Amino acid sequence: MLQLILFYIFGAIAIISAILVITQKNIVHSAVFLASTLLSVAGIFLTLHAEFLAGVQVIVYVGGILVLFVFVIMLISVERAVHERQFSRQWMIALLASLALIAEFGYGIYKGKDSFLLPPAEVAPETALGNTQAVGTALYTTYLLPFEIASILLLVAIVGAVVLAKRKTTVD
Amino acid sequence: MVSTYHYLFLAAALFTIGVIGVLTRRNIMVILMSIELMMNAVNINLIAFSDHLQHQTGQIFAIFVITVAAAEAAVGLGIVIAMFKNKETMNINEIDLMKW
Repeated sequence: MLQLILFYIFGAIAIISAILVITQKNIVHSAVFLASTLLSVAGIFLTLHAEFLAGVQVIVYVGGILVLFVFVIMLISVERAVHERQFSRQWMIALLASLALIAEFGYGIYKGKDSFLLPPAEVAPETALGNTQAVGTALYTTYLLPFEIASILLLVAIVGAVVLAKRKTTVD
Repeated sequence: MVSTYHYLFLAAALFTIGVIGVLTRRNIMVILMSIELMMNAVNINLIAFSDHLQHQTGQIFAIFVITVAAAEAAVGLGIVIAMFKNKETMNINEIDLMKW
């Protein structure tokens, strides 16, 4: 019962904030509402018994990525963008495409609903150890190679971001 | 009782909001934020199925998605800054150097 209440509270906050993210004129407000969405998604992770992921979500997304966004917003001028047109001229087509996407999602989830009626799987003995330990064990044994590749990806991203932001680029 | 079904609908809604944001907004920062929204929707799906099947693989994949999101945000914002130095705009309609 508690899980249901928490799901609806966090889900409602997440969806309302997400709508506000894409409708606000001022991008600083968008960033604040994005923080609210990300924190409620962390709450959703908690209702799914993924405590480690909830912590990672708060630390990496809210503490890292969002701060990066706010830094960039600070570096570029916000004033001019507020007075411009906010939506593209193609918004009608975009909404039609999104309606098609909603229809596809609805159809897919409706067709597959029988597969969710499966009895929940047996709780594996490892999960009794705690979520963080189970995730850590899987990450450092079965998924060691993808983990290393992910660290190389992050290294490349750091170098790429520095090169992109520092280099003197001239168009003409 | 909350089922995996509920989480799938929540994730579908968040993903659709992200798609609408990417397709309709003209400000490049809001487009990057909408991409983050879509990645979060995917993470909710992965973790919902991880909980449904009582297996941690979904959570491992969610960690990789978060890693890719961090890398994407760093490179994307680097591109935004480099672009802003040249064109002084965040409007994607004015960034048309490669159009002919």
